Amino acid sequence: MSQEHWHRRILEHRSALFATLTTVCISIGGLVEIIPMFTVGQGHDEVLPEPYTPLEVAGRDIYVREGCMTCHSQMVRPFRDETLRYQGDWSHAVEYSWDRPFLLGSRRIGPDLHRVGGKYSDDWHYRHMKDPRLTDGSIMPAYPWLLEWKIDPDDVKASVVALSRVGTPYTDEDIANVATDLQTQGQGIVGRLGEKGIDAAWDDEIVALIAYLQRLGTDVPKGPVAKAGEVSK
Amino acid sequence: MSPTTLPDRPAEGSRTPEYDDTVVKQFVVATVFWAIAAMSVGFILALQLAWWRANPGIPELTFGRLRPVHTNGVVFAFTGNFVFAGIYYSMQRLLKTPMWSRAMSQFHFWGWQAMLVSVVITLPLGMTQSKEYAEMIWPIDLAIAVVFVTFAVNFALTIANRKVQHLYVALWFYISFVITIPVLHVVNNLAIPATLTRSYPVYAGMTDALVQWWYGHNAVGFLLTTPILGLMYYFLPRAAERPVYSYRLSIVHFWALVFLYIWAGPHHLLYSALPDWAQTLGMVFSVMLIAPSWGGMLNGLLTLRGAWDKVRTDPVLKFMAVAVSFYGMSTFEGPMMSIRSVSALSHYTNWVVGHVHSGALGWVGMMGFGTLYWLVPRLWKRPLFSTPLATGHFWLATIGVVLYTVAMWGAGLTEGLMWRALDENGQLQYQFIDTVVAMAPFYWVRLFGGSLYLIGVLIMAFNFTMTVWAQPEADLEPVPAK
Repeated sequence: MSQEHWHRRILEHRSALFATLTTVCISIGGLVEIIPMFTVGQGHDEVLPEPYTPLEVAGRDIYVREGCMTCHSQMVRPFRDETLRYQGDWSHAVEYSWDRPFLLGSRRIGPDLHRVGGKYSDDWHYRHMKDPRLTDGSIMPAYPWLLEWKIDPDDVKASVVALSRVGTPYTDEDIANVATDLQTQGQGIVGRLGEKGIDAAWDDEIVALIAYLQRLGTDVPKGPVAKAGEVSK
Repeated sequence: MSPTTLPDRPAEGSRTPEYDDTVVKQFVVATVFWAIAAMSVGFILALQLAWWRANPGIPELTFGRLRPVHTNGVVFAFTGNFVFAGIYYSMQRLLKTPMWSRAMSQFHFWGWQAMLVSVVITLPLGMTQSKEYAEMIWPIDLAIAVVFVTFAVNFALTIANRKVQHLYVALWFYISFVITIPVLHVVNNLAIPATLTRSYPVYAGMTDALVQWWYGHNAVGFLLTTPILGLMYYFLPRAAERPVYSYRLSIVHFWALVFLYIWAGPHHLLYSALPDWAQTLGMVFSVMLIAPSWGGMLNGLLTLRGAWDKVRTDPVLKFMAVAVSFYGMSTFEGPMMSIRSVSALSHYTNWVVGHVHSGALGWVGMMGFGTLYWLVPRLWKRPLFSTPLATGHFWLATIGVVLYTVAMWGAGLTEGLMWRALDENGQLQYQFIDTVVAMAPFYWVRLFGGSLYLIGVLIMAFNFTMTVWAQPEADLEPVPAK
């Protein structure tokens, strides 16, 4: 072939140059989209929420371990049907400030949970995790082992320490008090469960999970928030 | 020589270089094994959705823990092994050069399988980072990085060592894959360990979400798309014995694809709390992606010009023609779903699941099967045991994907419309549980379609086993002499 195409001469005969240009091409989009997330903020100047308590951290770890986000999203979109269904404001960036990892989810096999905090009582969650058929027609698996397995305060402390290293503002005091905080918050839930005749211990995994679920949706920065206890039935 | 013809025919009288086909065979066997494993887990998951009692009350086998085994199995085990098999086979021939290091190839193969086994063990145990397709815990992430970089170095040195000056189009796509995957993997998995099995990402909230979907979408782009397109550019012309339709089109669609793809991640976060400008960029670039995607589809389909009679008889070309058609279909559907108002309906529904599967089963799977049916007789130097069985596999797979996709379209539209339905008083017409119950018939059809697809794979495995064990040796030239 007498006439060489420029693209062959310049690029396809020079592998290093070809690879370099490819690297440039695949870098631009990511840089343009990701860097501003660190430099220009996310369009909110609200007061940041409190970091998760140690018990909520433990509950969140259980939520991650069991893969709850494969079926439940945590992102109420700004649509009338969603704010009606989930009885609260749509989701704001500031609410996710301490979410590591993020748990927005990609599928609603079950309902969104970003506004679930306060919607049901502690004992409802307890009974529901034991037998999801509490909701007629539910296809959710039961999680009886959460009623038996225990959280390990040392393990939770390791999580809190790692979270503080990546930037969650836990004080040295918070870290020193992990074990007592766990117990104090856990006892509150155990007390409410006891009133309904449920015998639980502060270090049961289910207690930590309930603490986390009841926290969700309580950091809404502004706007109308539905009051707890109102279920659309 | 024209850039549209494959340069790997040995010159007259020259000796064929000693290509390393051992590693290709290993990856082929692994592909078939992991295809069965990953799709069997998919079968269990589909059953659990249709019939919740299929969750046996064992933590390790509940849906939430099993689902990432299926997704990672299909992405990194089935597709990964298939892509590596195809790349090791074709690149040595395209460069007329054996792999730079057999030891590194072997390290790559065994390292990759060890990684996959550790994923299959850790995920059901609940050891997960939860970010989709990046669930592996941090020690496995480190191992992946080491294994992949070993492959990348071997790949780069083989190219540097090449005997053919010109880089054929397939290699461009391989290069984009080898460069991009480590970048995505490392950036998305930056984390601080809390324990040996748990870590927390350096990004928080919406930033973490954006980085994850930049990763997630481009894992689709640079593992499930560009290397497969590269394999299409090698194996489709090879099987059709036709040159690639257009060299210019391949240049334009390659550069457009690698530049545009990387921007599209935020379409996973439309109407979320992600800043609007990022959502809009994601949407616009996703729509633009139709052009380079269809460039690839057209170049593939038009390469079959004058070879359609072969498509009628050759299972390899049957699979590839349908694969490229599904590529065109899902790369049209994807951009449509990236438009805000469509996403408002489709997001969070089964429609997304259907879209993913038309890409994974229709495009990746079918290209994989076509390539395997071409490779196995040539690697083991034995004619295929049964062409009718291969044709049967083709029809099972095709009908399976269609049933799967149509069921998920129906399911997605149904739940999307039910979620948003308001009555005359402006109140919700359905409770959430009504939409769950409404999914059951669609889930059963999906299970049936997926089962047909899996049965097809089992037939293929049987066909290959019989080929290797029971067929007489016949020296099929790896490169058909002209």
